[in-house]
Amino acid sequence: MSAPERTPPPIAGGAHVAEPTYADVNRDVLNTLRPPGNLYFAWMCVVGLILTCGILAWTYQIFMGMGAAGKRTPQMWAMYITTFVFWIGIGHAGTLISAVLYLFRARWRTSIYRAAEAMTIFAVLTAGLFPMIHAGRMWFAYFLLPYPNQRYLWPNFKSPLVWDVFAISTYLSISTVFFIVGLVPDIAAVRDVSTGWRRRLFTMLSLGWEGSDRQWRHYRRAYGLLAALATPLVLSVHSVVSWDFAMALVPGWHSTLFAPFFVDGAIFSGFAMVLVLALPMRHFFHLHAYIRDRHLDAMAKLILTTGLVLTYFYICELFTSWYSGDHIEKASLFWRLTGSYSWALATMYFCNCISPLILFWKNARTNPVILYVVSVLVLIGMWFERFNIIVPSLGHDFYPYTWGVYIPTITDTTIIVGSFAWFFILFLGFIKVMPSLSIVEVKETLAAPIKDTRHAGHH
Amino acid sequence: MPATTEILGVFAHVDTTVRALEELRAKGYHDLSVYTPVPVHEIEDVVERDRPVSTVRLFTLLGGLAGLASGWIITAWSSLKWGIVVGGKPAIGFPVSPPYVVIMFELMILFGGIATVIGMVMLGRLPSFRRSASYDPRFTNDRFGVAVHCATERAASVRDILRAAGAEEVRA
Repeated sequence: MSAPERTPPPIAGGAHVAEPTYADVNRDVLNTLRPPGNLYFAWMCVVGLILTCGILAWTYQIFMGMGAAGKRTPQMWAMYITTFVFWIGIGHAGTLISAVLYLFRARWRTSIYRAAEAMTIFAVLTAGLFPMIHAGRMWFAYFLLPYPNQRYLWPNFKSPLVWDVFAISTYLSISTVFFIVGLVPDIAAVRDVSTGWRRRLFTMLSLGWEGSDRQWRHYRRAYGLLAALATPLVLSVHSVVSWDFAMALVPGWHSTLFAPFFVDGAIFSGFAMVLVLALPMRHFFHLHAYIRDRHLDAMAKLILTTGLVLTYFYICELFTSWYSGDHIEKASLFWRLTGSYSWALATMYFCNCISPLILFWKNARTNPVILYVVSVLVLIGMWFERFNIIVPSLGHDFYPYTWGVYIPTITDTTIIVGSFAWFFILFLGFIKVMPSLSIVEVKETLAAPIKDTRHAGHH
Repeated sequence: MPATTEILGVFAHVDTTVRALEELRAKGYHDLSVYTPVPVHEIEDVVERDRPVSTVRLFTLLGGLAGLASGWIITAWSSLKWGIVVGGKPAIGFPVSPPYVVIMFELMILFGGIATVIGMVMLGRLPSFRRSASYDPRFTNDRFGVAVHCATERAASVRDILRAAGAEEVRA
């Protein structure tokens, strides 16, 4: 006997949608794994082409040297580190949804958490490329790790750059572990409806999960503990990234504000990226019954809140620079506001402080088009925020003879655009291979099937 | 040793599953396996009633402490091995140099997380690539299963209990 077959009228519009049953969840999620259509392959081709350009640009840079990337003193940390920080920040929303909101029992998280967690891993994988691209001779990247060697050389553990290596690799490992643990029961559900080599593969990947009480008992406890470990981790990762800057003496960087400022910005941009991914997913996979308007509303509220907090940090940043009485600090700020990169600062203020304000309006919070536009603006704004921290500060430090202006080249711009393609190709591949909506967690938020409703609530 | 058998009841609802579990426990059957597509509180309340808390947390604790210790050891030992004086500070502070706290923290989380997963896999008897005899693919979809391991001569009475509770299917 198989599950009751209801002919699926996949829901359009999404306004008045009936509560799905357990079997509906399995059916709808497994539908997303059907062989993809032409539109999907067209997207893959576009993304693949851009990625190829990025790879060619990197090859060119390796061949020609770092001059090809427009690197010259004083801006040795230009767009690569900007983009590195940007991608690490994107990852934060995934962990926030899967760990922090899990601990707070925010039930709306369940329908987006799988996609968000995949986003985290792919974003960190993208970010991880940049230190290597940036370091030039990336075949020596393993020098960053502490390993025994015949010269007894060890990394300087007092350097924030080494902390960063530990923070990012721990973050990638724990996010991946958390992601895989969440996937195990879902892969078992996929296994039970597949045949042939897929069945064998999914049997392997699901570790032979059966959903017995013994398995659930340890699983639930382990999941809670992983969430409890991931919560301080996610707050620490972007703090450590911010200390890459804040521990240096460069005016515009040397500030205790940086850790909370970076973490807040990370969550802000991460939620924007979740929306950029979840809105098309909901549209193309007809997931309106799961990613409902209230989910969009909740995410929009988080974007609005973190955006307002970010605005507060911007004001603090301006105020502390001015109030410090430090001439160099004030000069650096003045140049940032009025100098060569003032347009970047204006873009950032518009995208991060002004554009989310439309989300105060309730209709905007549930309108996919407005949400999409705001999310893209936020992503642009947050990229420019990191640009504004890194490039103008380095370009205007203590001595006038070290001042300089950085101009992007085609090579580094192509590599950065290519990194977006790398991220999207990973995500597009993922949604056709694994359930991008958590079967188990979505079921948990539904009402459990009860036969005798009069005697329900048997505690 | 008397011959034993396993009887499986398949349920479509949580309340009927809970009724069967209560009845079975009242009659003294304790060798039960419950299969659920999702963890359900009502069922957990019955199944977990007299069980200790899962020992996964012990793995987490030990992993975390191991991470903390190894973070301290690698930073302290390597800075003695290859001294780089930063800011005129000693190679190792007491009890720990503040910069090393970051490394210790990250390794604590890393080792703790990995130990948690190892604990979950070991205690859940995973990976096991052969399905249990009583397993049914519907249990990852929308059905609940109660498998009772009992003496062969008790099989009939177990079937009766499962049917009376509202099982939609009972099989050996």
